[in-house]
Amino acid sequence: MIEFHLDSRSGVAPYMQLIRQVRHALRLGVLNEGDKLPTVKEVVARVAINPNTVSKAYRELEYEGLVTARPGLGTFVTRTLGSDSLSKHEPLRQALTRWLTEAREAGLDDESIEALFLSSFRAFSEARA
Amino acid sequence: MTSALVADSLTKRYGRRTALKDCTLDIPAGHVVGLVGPNGAGKSTLLQLACGLLDPTAGRIEVLGTRPVSGSPRVGFVAQDTPVYAGLTVADHLRMGAHLNPSWDAALAEQRIAQVGLDPNQKAGKLSGGQRAQLALTVAAAKRPNLLLLDEPVAALDPLARRTFLQGLMELTAEQGMSIVMSSHLVADLERVCDYLIVLVASQVRVAGDVDDLLATHHRLVGQRRDTVDLGAGRALVEQSHTDVQSTLVVRSTAPIVDPSWQVDQLDLEDIVLAYMSGAAGNGPDRVLEGQR
Repeated sequence: MIEFHLDSRSGVAPYMQLIRQVRHALRLGVLNEGDKLPTVKEVVARVAINPNTVSKAYRELEYEGLVTARPGLGTFVTRTLGSDSLSKHEPLRQALTRWLTEAREAGLDDESIEALFLSSFRAFSEARA
Repeated sequence: MTSALVADSLTKRYGRRTALKDCTLDIPAGHVVGLVGPNGAGKSTLLQLACGLLDPTAGRIEVLGTRPVSGSPRVGFVAQDTPVYAGLTVADHLRMGAHLNPSWDAALAEQRIAQVGLDPNQKAGKLSGGQRAQLALTVAAAKRPNLLLLDEPVAALDPLARRTFLQGLMELTAEQGMSIVMSSHLVADLERVCDYLIVLVASQVRVAGDVDDLLATHHRLVGQRRDTVDLGAGRALVEQSHTDVQSTLVVRSTAPIVDPSWQVDQLDLEDIVLAYMSGAAGNGPDRVLEGQR
């Protein structure tokens, strides 16, 4: 069973934060097929958020085909996201580290690196969308 | 589904002072509604009108489809500072609740008292602020109301007691599916628990709506200073500020704003609330109200 938390300063909508935490847990193999998600009541009693927010997040996850709600029993994981790329993470991380070293050698400070990454990432995502 | 609360040109005056002016609202049932605004904006007046403790001077208010009557079993009310009877014990409060309310859920009351760790033999006057708030919430919730009204329930509590109170409140909401209207000026708390928001400033409703809609339709525009701004149809200026070189606007618009001369950012709920509160001082109320239509 996973536990949710909420970052009220992140600027990300609370229901989206819950969705991301489930996807994250699926990707890292913390959640596996057949695992049960906490009930709406359990989540709100712990995180102190609106029950509709939790229902909305669970509905969205169901729509994505990641979980399924069994009436009276709870919400269960139906597939994992782990298979996609865990093994590919390492070489990509190394490439990114090389790039970061280059950026640092070129004289960029932390903020410039972050700004450059984010703007390129955004431009890349927009071009693909 | 019936609305939880409908107000139509609702006005309340105390002598010459207007506490609430031309307030028009339609809050659907099943929401946790946050009522925000500066002190003296009319929040308590609206809640007391809704539970029948006050009568309107003009206009109409309906709660769960009927005119509010004080003491209705369908409406629970927790007044400001969560009052309890200091001389009575926790158990006395529950006995009194059972005696006064035909719909009393004794099992729920006892289970909640145990869950929050209150001693039934403790005198209510000896409880901490957080415990007193939990007792008042338990008494109001054990009536099993369809609508629960709370006036600044967490204002006087420390952060831990506040969080515990909100956890309990959300658990009750999930369990019983009741609608909640709570006033507060702690927007960070409301952002967690509310899915509907009403901003009340200077006796008037500035904006009311679904929190997700409010977040999606409000934008901050930053760009070179300009004196006249033509935003186009369907867009409303909520707040503006200018320096000698820069203009910053808060705009409500359902359509996304694609104008390369502005840098467009999202706002969080607190920014939106503050924009309506401070925008109200500069602009005329009519201009702000346009944003709702």
